[in-house]
Amino acid sequence: MARLTLRTLALGYLGLLLAGPVGIVFYRTFENGFGPAWDAVTTPDAVHAFWLTILMVVVSVPINTAFGILCALVLVRQEFRGKTLLNAAIDLPFAVSPVVIGLALILVYGQDGWFGWLSEHGIQVIFSVPGMILATIFVSLPFVVREVVPVLREIGDEQEQAASTLGANWWQTFWRVTLPAIRWGVGYGVVLATARALGEFGAVSVVSGKIQGQTETMTLFVEQRFQQFDLTGAYAASVVLALMAILTLLVMNIFGGREVKGR
Amino acid sequence: MGIAVNNVKKRFGDFVALDDVSIEVPDGALTALLGPSGSGKSTLLRVIAGLEQPDEGSVLISDVDATGLPPQMRGVGFVFQHYAAFKHMTVWNNVAFGLKIRKRQKGEIHKRVQQLLELVHLDGFADRYPAQLSGGQRQRMALARALAVEPEVLLLDEPFGALDARVRKDLRLWLRRLHDEVHVTTIFVTHDQEEAMDISDQIVVMNDGKVEQVGGPRDLYEHPENEFVMSFIGPVNRLGDEFIRPHDFELMLEPNGSTQEAMIDRIVHLGFEVRVEFALPSGQQAWAQVTRERAEELELQEKQIVYVRPARSRVFEGQETEQPAALDSDALSNP
Repeated sequence: MARLTLRTLALGYLGLLLAGPVGIVFYRTFENGFGPAWDAVTTPDAVHAFWLTILMVVVSVPINTAFGILCALVLVRQEFRGKTLLNAAIDLPFAVSPVVIGLALILVYGQDGWFGWLSEHGIQVIFSVPGMILATIFVSLPFVVREVVPVLREIGDEQEQAASTLGANWWQTFWRVTLPAIRWGVGYGVVLATARALGEFGAVSVVSGKIQGQTETMTLFVEQRFQQFDLTGAYAASVVLALMAILTLLVMNIFGGREVKGR
Repeated sequence: MGIAVNNVKKRFGDFVALDDVSIEVPDGALTALLGPSGSGKSTLLRVIAGLEQPDEGSVLISDVDATGLPPQMRGVGFVFQHYAAFKHMTVWNNVAFGLKIRKRQKGEIHKRVQQLLELVHLDGFADRYPAQLSGGQRQRMALARALAVEPEVLLLDEPFGALDARVRKDLRLWLRRLHDEVHVTTIFVTHDQEEAMDISDQIVVMNDGKVEQVGGPRDLYEHPENEFVMSFIGPVNRLGDEFIRPHDFELMLEPNGSTQEAMIDRIVHLGFEVRVEFALPSGQQAWAQVTRERAEELELQEKQIVYVRPARSRVFEGQETEQPAALDSDALSNP
């Protein structure tokens, strides 16, 4: 009885707060059939926004994955002064609102910022794709680190020591022993970072300048359509975003499922 | 000379793990590093393996100075207490790891791994993952993995420490037989004196980061150089300055000139051996180890008065003692 109550509570909570709203978006999108929705997401601006979003993910996720694993290794396997500071700094993107992050990037890379001189050399950072990538990297930075650190702690360093006594150098040890052992943490971190990069709105919104067909990602496109009372367009683009996120999870699960059988 | 450790010192912060330690391990011998936890025995093993760097001193392996060499270059095989199995690899791949790193030919790797799996009796388990093995099987796999690269020296850090008593006993005898077959210079760390006495040619007794005594199992038992070795190698009673092994007490029903009166507190039957715990008039407590026949012959009862006499005892001169003068408190819990 108690178990049933708990289950109802958990499912009810999820249904009301998650499944309901997402379901309604899907319903509204296909209310008038598949045609209008398809038309809304195949306009040149929509297609551009789609590919720009993919670009954000493709650039930011690998960078954050490599940096995240490195950072986690340093945090867990090494002792040095300022470690606490580094540990806290990694969580900064969680603590600071994305809008503030966007503004900070403008202060640093904008015309009057430290790196304002870049634009004089033809490198436009703010109101352009590089700035948006920086913003995306910033907001999705902690995920891989935070997923990998506890896994590294748990596996300990004995397997690595064993590998070194068996003749493996640093890279061989990392590639053949450490990385396979932390792959779950890395995988989960990648999923979260991808989801964050796909859905990032605040920071990207500030630095992008929201130029249609140029610096508009899917999330910005949804907002823009919504504000122009193109509800079908906004819903349809939302569905595309949702599908991209679901696909990410699915790919991870399929990848994960194969690993499980191998165990 | 297999391994020579010269004047090695190692600190961890304020803690002195190794305090000027020197040992020599002959080629092909099976040597135990024996001591209580915190005595520095594991640190010494890790210094030999290159997993820790000594602050001072040197390590020679097969007469080559290995002090500055990384673990990869030392030609050592290391077995960890908790196996350190590569969990994502099959047994076969675990054992083949070192050979693959050395880029040996496929055929050679195959042959060698097969040989080793047969040697450690795991030939039917090649495709299993470590999680599907018992503790004993995992440790045998770890041993095969360490032996695969044909190390000059095999180092085992409490290899049976995580196993249950029965498996421990089987596995240590098996290790002894394996050592007699492959003759690789072996050092293993243990806190279990019985384990050390059972299989090693030579025992290095360590305490507080120092070597207390080095010798063969029998030598250490018969001729301990100090009270630490005496009380660590086998059970001991302490009466005043005298150290007496429990089997060196003679129990009698009638007094003679050299006996003391004692009252039996408790009699514990351990099969062939019977443990008789008694109190002396001074209030000191001690225990004697007698055979079952002797106990039956004397018809020993609890609360009975008997007369005891140490047939042999030992006094260590010039030793500062930290233990209370009454009785070594470990003696009762250490049958």
